[in-house]
Amino acid sequence: MFATVTLSLLMGFLSTLKLFILTLVFALPLGLAISLGTMSKVAILKYPLKFIIWIVRGTPLLLQLLIIYYGPGILLRNNVWGSSDSGRFIAALVAFAVNYACYFAEIYRGGIQSIPVGQYEAGQVLGMTKGQIFRKVVLLQVIKRIVPPMSNEIITLVKDTSLARVIAVYEIIWNGQAFIKSAGIIWPLFYTGAFYLIFSGLLTVLFNRLEKKLSYFR
Amino acid sequence: MSLLEVTNLKKNFGNTEVLKDISFSMEEGQAISIIGSSGSGKTTLLRCLNFLETPNAGKIAVRDEILFDGSDPKTFSEAEIRRKRLHFGLVFQSFNLFPQYTALENIMLAPKLALKEQHKQDNGEIRERGLELLNMMGLSNRADNYPHQLSGGQQQRVAIARALALSPDILCFDEPTSALDPELTGEVLKVIRELADNHTTMIIVTHEMAFARDVADTVIFMDGGNIVEQGDAKQVIENPREERTREFLAGYNG
Repeated sequence: MFATVTLSLLMGFLSTLKLFILTLVFALPLGLAISLGTMSKVAILKYPLKFIIWIVRGTPLLLQLLIIYYGPGILLRNNVWGSSDSGRFIAALVAFAVNYACYFAEIYRGGIQSIPVGQYEAGQVLGMTKGQIFRKVVLLQVIKRIVPPMSNEIITLVKDTSLARVIAVYEIIWNGQAFIKSAGIIWPLFYTGAFYLIFSGLLTVLFNRLEKKLSYFR
Repeated sequence: MSLLEVTNLKKNFGNTEVLKDISFSMEEGQAISIIGSSGSGKTTLLRCLNFLETPNAGKIAVRDEILFDGSDPKTFSEAEIRRKRLHFGLVFQSFNLFPQYTALENIMLAPKLALKEQHKQDNGEIRERGLELLNMMGLSNRADNYPHQLSGGQQQRVAIARALALSPDILCFDEPTSALDPELTGEVLKVIRELADNHTTMIIVTHEMAFARDVADTVIFMDGGNIVEQGDAKQVIENPREERTREFLAGYNG
């Protein structure tokens, strides 16, 4: 039994991992684009983006998942995602990517805006271009500042993936819970916790290493 | 032909006139000290020279080349401004060293980038010059230390070396010792005095009156956005002509 359960949970975890990695692939750069937009002087860029960030960070991800999956069907009378497994996965991915991009955007913005203006001015009086100042002076300082809050968000993402089950995306918790009906046992559900613990533990170690690498300067 | 000629410079921030009508000139090898109370416009003047602020009117010229002319919009382009900044160096009150680079790397960064832009080869001259400058500052043994490992006085001296690495025509200091403990002030003033003795052209905004009197050739006293008095350093500080200068200096003599 244990082997069967473990195998099933592993399959589910693979799906969890897929969602996790793809969300990051899209949300990390999208977040940067959004944060640059919120810091821009162009009002038609800045204010709509701030509004979107407020909505996306201000409502439960669970709700966003449901709205994104069912919304088009209700509004346009056409389920754009299709009812296949991959269609629901893509819908979940869109919801996660947008949600996390908004959180990342605020972290990036905090990091960028916390760099003292003196750093930019020192670069300027030394004849550096804006690009050089960003790449050679500001970027590493921003990265150092955002590692702790980013690691928080990314570890949260691991666990948030379990929400995808609400639109029937098969991930580890779904698989764990299936055993309640099929075999009348609940421990597989609790067993999923082990997978989350190990994975987030790994991420924690990775982020600690990164923080340590950046600790040579203050 | 003067090295630097500033004519009728004006700068407003919103409704506040910070620089009302500033005119002065300086020769190569001259050291000018600018004194005045907070809000007199001294820092804004330095920032205008370094193109960190754009004046609203007036002219700035170095060796008769007009770097800024308020009446001629051509002088406002970004790429041009970069080139013009290189006539000046600026040492900040808060040092502004780059924390992720060592002392030597801080000094070498801008010259290396400039060299790359000109598609020239770096044959180690930049590193050599950097070590030479650190030696001048008495910091040869600190080349591989990061700013957070250095005292305020050491950081400021690295900042001075960093500004010198680009060989600016005029080195500007914006209250270089104001952020330092009194004990650390001395080591920085010593270095600036040595630079002055070597006829480095410099403008020093400072509250250290004794230093201004002894090291500068000329002292300019600013108040409310205007130059109230300027002249020989010893004369202005020990025997000022203007009443306001007298009032200001009285505050320093207790």
